[in-house]
Amino acid sequence: MENLLNDLLTSSGLIFVGVRGVILIGIVMTIAGYAVLLERKASAWIQGRLGPNRTTLPFVSWIPLIGPFLRLGGFIQPAADGGKFLFKEEPMPSHVRKIYYVLAPIVALAPALATIAMLPFALLPDGTALALCKGADVGVLLMFAVSSLGVYGIALAGWSSNNKFSFLGAVRGSAQLISYELAMGLAVLPVFLIASAPGSDHGLNLTAIVASQEGLWNIIRQPLAGLVFLVCIFAETNRHPFDMPESETDLVGGFHTEYGAFKFGLFFVAEYGHMIIGSSLFILMFLGGWHILPGIPQIGTGIIATLIGLGTFFTKLVLFLFFFVWVRWTIPRFRYDQVMRLGWNVLLPLAVANLVLTFIYYAYAG
Amino acid sequence: MAVKVLERRPLSFWERTYLPQVLGGLRVTWRNILRPSVTLQYPEQRPTIPKGYRGVPTLVRDPNGREKCVSCQLCEFICPPKAIRITPGEIPATAETAHVEKAPKEFEINMLRCIYCGLCQEVCPEEAIWLQNQYSMTGTTRAEMVNNKARLYELGGTLPDSHFKWDHKKAESERQAGGHH
Repeated sequence: MENLLNDLLTSSGLIFVGVRGVILIGIVMTIAGYAVLLERKASAWIQGRLGPNRTTLPFVSWIPLIGPFLRLGGFIQPAADGGKFLFKEEPMPSHVRKIYYVLAPIVALAPALATIAMLPFALLPDGTALALCKGADVGVLLMFAVSSLGVYGIALAGWSSNNKFSFLGAVRGSAQLISYELAMGLAVLPVFLIASAPGSDHGLNLTAIVASQEGLWNIIRQPLAGLVFLVCIFAETNRHPFDMPESETDLVGGFHTEYGAFKFGLFFVAEYGHMIIGSSLFILMFLGGWHILPGIPQIGTGIIATLIGLGTFFTKLVLFLFFFVWVRWTIPRFRYDQVMRLGWNVLLPLAVANLVLTFIYYAYAG
Repeated sequence: MAVKVLERRPLSFWERTYLPQVLGGLRVTWRNILRPSVTLQYPEQRPTIPKGYRGVPTLVRDPNGREKCVSCQLCEFICPPKAIRITPGEIPATAETAHVEKAPKEFEINMLRCIYCGLCQEVCPEEAIWLQNQYSMTGTTRAEMVNNKARLYELGGTLPDSHFKWDHKKAESERQAGGHH
């Protein structure tokens, strides 16, 4: 039994990796579902409402104290939402390009799930990271590369829907993502510069990036890079105020206007999956990953330290997801030209300037 | 009219970065999170009905239990969507209220037609029809949405009265009849 558990956690056999992957996807999908709940609850609180507080299951409502708590907190709501998406009729509009129309939600979701393999969540007692794809030296590069593929889902959806609103949304989304990709990539370069400074053997490895923040988090060392990266992940995840592909006020529903039922649900989950990845990246690269506070590298030893690290990471993730939601219900959507101007005229020069300054600093002062 | 041109202050550097505004916005929404919610949990909590609310039209009785409607049919005539249908009826001479002109044999208000305008209440010379507090009217069939006389009185109940018009009339006619003898 213990042997099996050990194999499940560490073996590189195909089956074990597959099982780990399925478990990880399950966890991430659950977090995505509860991120939707967080979104609904937080928006309700901000708007003076209560949010979902009715959904419950018979056997849950019988439990004293916990039952009402689960009901009022809306904790069953994600299951109800998902079930509703599953059991709805799947309409297929007659004017769509069918293969691509069906393909689009899958293409949107797959990169979001694939990237999660790269994410390290905590440090195991043996010094390696708790991740599906541990120690991948190109970790971050691969993440950026794969997560950017998500835009193909949006583009495909907009084009195959054969609908001008969908198409406009898709075009906006693609242009926006390409624009912000540049600034995002440039913004994180200084982080790697610091991590792989001469004398240290940290590469593009996310675990190493976190290790390099043991003393001081990167958000303190590189506040400007952090800000640019933060704005960019908002744009990359198509969250408010960069909600261009959806723009429900001017584009009906944006790229998913023609989608319904579970296909829409997949887009929805993909958005939250991207949110989780974006938040995780920001936490790993700027907020010290599984370190509790700057300067406190590790609490406890062995498995305890791993669990505390995991808890820290998870807490940071939840707080960051809340930040995403909080911003969404605070700032109205930018106009499209403002988005483009911000991306090209402000963020890109800022990222370049920051990079050059960091170069100079490390070349002469560091 | 003199035009006053307001000098618009140029935005400062921080204002142009938009960041302090974002932080201010976040502060506003954060304070809203801490504020109690204003949601009314409807089926359990009911709204307080303001005075003069025009709810479902009902028929009322006076404090003596007499039905006030004398089936003059003014409400039926004034009703803009023609929701009211009255079948007038005579009051038998043996009844206690024989001195009252008439009473409705049947009184129907079709709530699928009613627009809650309150003209029936305004036109009623007997103050017999009232739009009271009931704001929710549901049914699963069309027939269910037609309130008949019994239902209207059940909904209306009794309202206080200060004139007792027909009692006065009865007393007056009895006094006159007595004086002539």
